[in-house]
Amino acid sequence: MSAAEAWRLSAASLADGVRAGSIGYQEAIESGWEGPAARWEPDVHAVVHADPEVRRRGAARSNGGPLAGVPVLVKDNLCTMDYPTTCGSRILGGYRPPYDATVVARLREAGAVITGKGNMDEFAMGSSTEYSCYGPTRNPYDLERVPGGSSGGPAAAVAYGLCPIGLGSDTGGSVRQPAAFCGVFGLKPTYGRLSRYGLVAFGSSLDQVGIFARHAGDVALAYAALAGPDPFDATSRLGPAPRVSDWDRGVRDLTFGWPANLWKEGVDPEVVGALEQAAACLERCGARRSPLDFLPGEYAVATYYLVATAEASSNLARFDGVRYGFRHPESDDVRALYTRTRSAGFGPEVQRRILLGTYALSAGYYDAYYLTAQRARTRICREYEVAFARCDFMLMPAAPSLPFRLGEKTDDPLEMYLSDIFTLGANLAGIPGLTVPLDLSAAGLPRAVQLLGPEDSEPLLLGAARVIEVRGEETRLGRDHLTEFAWPTKR
Amino acid sequence: MPIDRAEVERIAELARLEIPPEAIERTAAQLSEVLDFVASLSRLELDRLGPTQFAPVEAPLREDELDSRRLAPETALAAAPEAEGGFFLVPPIVENVSP
Repeated sequence: MSAAEAWRLSAASLADGVRAGSIGYQEAIESGWEGPAARWEPDVHAVVHADPEVRRRGAARSNGGPLAGVPVLVKDNLCTMDYPTTCGSRILGGYRPPYDATVVARLREAGAVITGKGNMDEFAMGSSTEYSCYGPTRNPYDLERVPGGSSGGPAAAVAYGLCPIGLGSDTGGSVRQPAAFCGVFGLKPTYGRLSRYGLVAFGSSLDQVGIFARHAGDVALAYAALAGPDPFDATSRLGPAPRVSDWDRGVRDLTFGWPANLWKEGVDPEVVGALEQAAACLERCGARRSPLDFLPGEYAVATYYLVATAEASSNLARFDGVRYGFRHPESDDVRALYTRTRSAGFGPEVQRRILLGTYALSAGYYDAYYLTAQRARTRICREYEVAFARCDFMLMPAAPSLPFRLGEKTDDPLEMYLSDIFTLGANLAGIPGLTVPLDLSAAGLPRAVQLLGPEDSEPLLLGAARVIEVRGEETRLGRDHLTEFAWPTKR
Repeated sequence: MPIDRAEVERIAELARLEIPPEAIERTAAQLSEVLDFVASLSRLELDRLGPTQFAPVEAPLREDELDSRRLAPETALAAAPEAEGGFFLVPPIVENVSP
């Protein structure tokens, strides 16, 4: 393969080539820009900040680490010193953080180069990447459809080939749902396993940095480089992260939960078909199916939209036009400064969620809404505990439908919230979830499933994902490059 | 409908947001729809459950020393819309009172 085709490689193979000297650092970074981005980016619009000079300096500073010369698109809510960090919001227009997020610093230490910042729903509030002040990102598999959200930019860029790895954030499914819509892997690790230092906060008890990749092996590679305690994040888990070095162990004698009551109605038959196909594949490889009856997802949606909005209303109070970002020019007292800045700076969905969270926390309503939701959250955590006493991991849809059309849900907030029905539970319970792409539907849209496991089960989930990735063939580590990725083709 | 116009105005004030008059009715309807949906939680048996809390069992403590990665004042002020003499600048907070 020539260096110009380096963008087709997995991160593992690309880093091998760079360390062996067959691909230059500069070529490794630019290949994705020259080939696929030239073709796709004008239509898809996955990237919101990019700078060839910053990339050149990044490539020059790279090193022979595990991610040597690997370009990574980072969601625009992760702080980067060399690119603006704006969360897709006018209120942070032009903001440049004075420090790198810990996950960004760890990427650089491992030899990766930040190739740009990815588009997102404003402050990660959305499921379609339509609520961005930079305009929407489109799905490379069908430009009339959304890439999912809120991390739609990194998901779409990894799918079309800009870079083999992307970083997003997952507060309610914002990595796993766009991964499913764009046909790539998307991991939300156990709460606290990846540092949140430098991730602009949305719902602090739910937020987790997540990883996109086209190959299960690349997710493992990035996880190994990023996971682990961080003294700068008080919620990061103490003790070492689970080792993923021997993750490719198959699923023989493992049991997977099959909560079929969750997809009895309201779920696209294509999604149900994907679940059956993945289950059959796992069974062929020696896993056992254990039928479960699980709490309907509507309760998770109801709980989540109280907890997440309450936390968001507190976290977003810091955006007031004083310390960074946009300030409304006409304010003659400080109260007007706050109100005008916030009203002009935040988009409609962010304002809606701040209002809802403020209401749920306000005097007289706290017990009825916020406290009830935190109790329901305990109930949901128990539900997973009971399930994982009976199985090693669970098979779930990542989303109730295949990618929907742009504009289809923007006028109906509740309808948009319901598209996260299968992902929110993992954030409420703090457990890991992994989207595994399967194939393309007859209409050419990605189909995927989600795996959920107990805390720190990332190696097990990656092993099961690998079985589905290679359609059940016996594999061992180091064969990532043999798995063919279903690249998008322009219509 | 749990939220009416007056309630939207009350919480907007608390949240330091200004909802344009023509959007208040729509906002009230959208918030009410979500709150009606959320009312489904009353069907769950929650009486004996405590709220979920994420306070860590063993709080990680560090030495009581200055953090080496702390921001220098000029770095912290660099992104401010207005700053002067090492301070963030804001419009008057208290009324001008003559002595």
